[in-house]
Amino acid sequence: MLRFIFGRLLVLIPTFIGVSIIAFAFIRMLPGDPVMLMSGERVMAPERHAQIMAELGLDRPMYIQYFDYLVGLLQGDFGKSIISKRSVLTDFLTLFPATVELSFCAIVLAVALGIPAGVLAAVKRGTWLDQTIMGTALIGYSMPIFWWGLLLIIFFSGYLGWTPVSGRISLMYFFKPVTGFMLIDSLLSGQPGAFKSAVTYLILPTIVLATIPLAVIARQTRSAMLEVLGEDYVRTARSKGLSPFRVVGLHALRNAMIPVITTIGLQVGVLLAGAILTESIFSWPGIGKWMVDSVFKRDYAVVQGGLLLIAAVIMIVNLVVDVLYGLVNPRIRR
Amino acid sequence: MPLLEIQNLTVEFPTISGLFRAVDGVSLTCDTGEILSIVGESGSGKSVSMLALMGLLPSNARITADRMAFDGKDLLSLSARQRRTVIGKDMAMIFQEPMSSLNPCFTVGYQLGETLRLHMGLNRAERRTRSIELLKFVGIPAPEDRLGNYPHQMSGGMSQRVMIAMALACNPKLLIADEPTTALDVTIQAQILELLVRLQRENGMALVLITHDMGVVAETAERVQVQYAGQKVEEQPVSGLFRDPHHPYTAALLASLPERAVIGERLPSIPGVVPGQHDRPEGCLFSPRCTFATDLCRREVHEQGPDFGRALCNYPLRIGIPMGHPTLSVALAGEDA
Repeated sequence: MLRFIFGRLLVLIPTFIGVSIIAFAFIRMLPGDPVMLMSGERVMAPERHAQIMAELGLDRPMYIQYFDYLVGLLQGDFGKSIISKRSVLTDFLTLFPATVELSFCAIVLAVALGIPAGVLAAVKRGTWLDQTIMGTALIGYSMPIFWWGLLLIIFFSGYLGWTPVSGRISLMYFFKPVTGFMLIDSLLSGQPGAFKSAVTYLILPTIVLATIPLAVIARQTRSAMLEVLGEDYVRTARSKGLSPFRVVGLHALRNAMIPVITTIGLQVGVLLAGAILTESIFSWPGIGKWMVDSVFKRDYAVVQGGLLLIAAVIMIVNLVVDVLYGLVNPRIRR
Repeated sequence: MPLLEIQNLTVEFPTISGLFRAVDGVSLTCDTGEILSIVGESGSGKSVSMLALMGLLPSNARITADRMAFDGKDLLSLSARQRRTVIGKDMAMIFQEPMSSLNPCFTVGYQLGETLRLHMGLNRAERRTRSIELLKFVGIPAPEDRLGNYPHQMSGGMSQRVMIAMALACNPKLLIADEPTTALDVTIQAQILELLVRLQRENGMALVLITHDMGVVAETAERVQVQYAGQKVEEQPVSGLFRDPHHPYTAALLASLPERAVIGERLPSIPGVVPGQHDRPEGCLFSPRCTFATDLCRREVHEQGPDFGRALCNYPLRIGIPMGHPTLSVALAGEDA
């Protein structure tokens, strides 16, 4: 197992280099540059523009800039934001917990509802229940996320007034972040009502972000279950006199989880990479929103550094999924 | 009273083009300590009737029977929950494909222990002891090491032994073996059959052996029931069946055994195929393939008495002669004279 993990870690190196090149090149292909965008509506004199570009080192040939960047990376330096001058790594570490918190809640919700829904649909195949579940899943999967988010805000925040519109916690509360996770920090702060406030702020973004993974997981679980329920070992389990709950929930589901875990892993990767739309709709201060803002400002350092860090996170998640895969499926253990 | 008694069992499946009758009025009895073999080609309803007995058919199957009793219990009146206390405990089943019949995600020890915990309430240590004992019983070397194995780490023969151990876990009164050797190598086949017969003797249980292999029947069974297209066409003790089959289908089946073929000639076979859902004939289902069929056979068919092995035939054979046949028996009788 250790050998397997080590092997996978080695593969990360070329992937990392590839991502760094792509991130580096793509952001520079966009028209405009950070200096131009910083100057905004005012027209900047070409000499001044060139001067600032030179100060930032952006006038040098691309390969030299890239080489410079690579040398920094090897020393663990992800660069500094061109605009705010703050360290990319520090910003990432400050914002990432917010994304993790939101993604974690969303994936928990998606798994907690998606797997039972998929199992139920498979067991009751062809009935109205199956059709209702799969129909709902299809709607969830097809709905534009920003539209769905706005609908929820209009109804629950606007019409009913049950949940706040945006942010992570009510402005009434203030405490120093300890872990960066608002749910934990609000509890640690000991301020009455802080935790409840954090929860209410989390509900809508979680639902919105969970919608697509929930639909995907439910559909994947259903099809995996249908396949597995016809297997001989399910018949064997029933022939032992086991209860239907145990036959389906243990013998069949354990096998059906193998493809589902892959799906969940992919979804986790997608969510951690920044739930860009959801974070933007709810002004959630996570890395998705951070990346979008940086792209608009052509903050080269942030975009390339941020992409690299996100890629690293996704690769680590994939590695964890592969390890989990081995735990669930004894056939690929070695 | 026999241990297992089934009367007039019919199993139907709804399909897009109407009901498909997989088992058609089959009756069967099996006593404690007896080996009953059910023989027939694919689609003759032998597995389906036993799956119906175990309650393992999909929920859309329509099962009707005049009587289905096991060990004094009327299975038809049991609830699903009550039936589950019987199956896996007093009535167990092993299947055709041992490799795919074991769950790939659980160890052998877990799968064995599950039955022991469910039906006998054994604790962890007791389960382990009993599991080792069972594996030893079915001839698995180093059983302690095998408990932690996953199915993919074992051969087909080994898997079938584990399946047998699992079925025997609670000392069942009846073991149903559904083509237990079909998927195995010939050498392993003999070993598994030997094992089944030995276990049946030692435990004094009843064994229902489903097979399409007449060789297996000859070696193991005491009584044979022949099925064709969902119907029981004949039942006899093994020796009688091989010596003097009463149904033309049984006779044709025996005649097509490769062992009985003449060297240098084509292997004999039964012309035609088993009728399917849409070409089920009126009267006798075997009539389109039968050399002795008359117009009467194509209209109706009668079951014979015990003298003729309850053969479902209008002109049951006696030493190869169709009794009461309007043309043939007279002609043959004439030849004899």
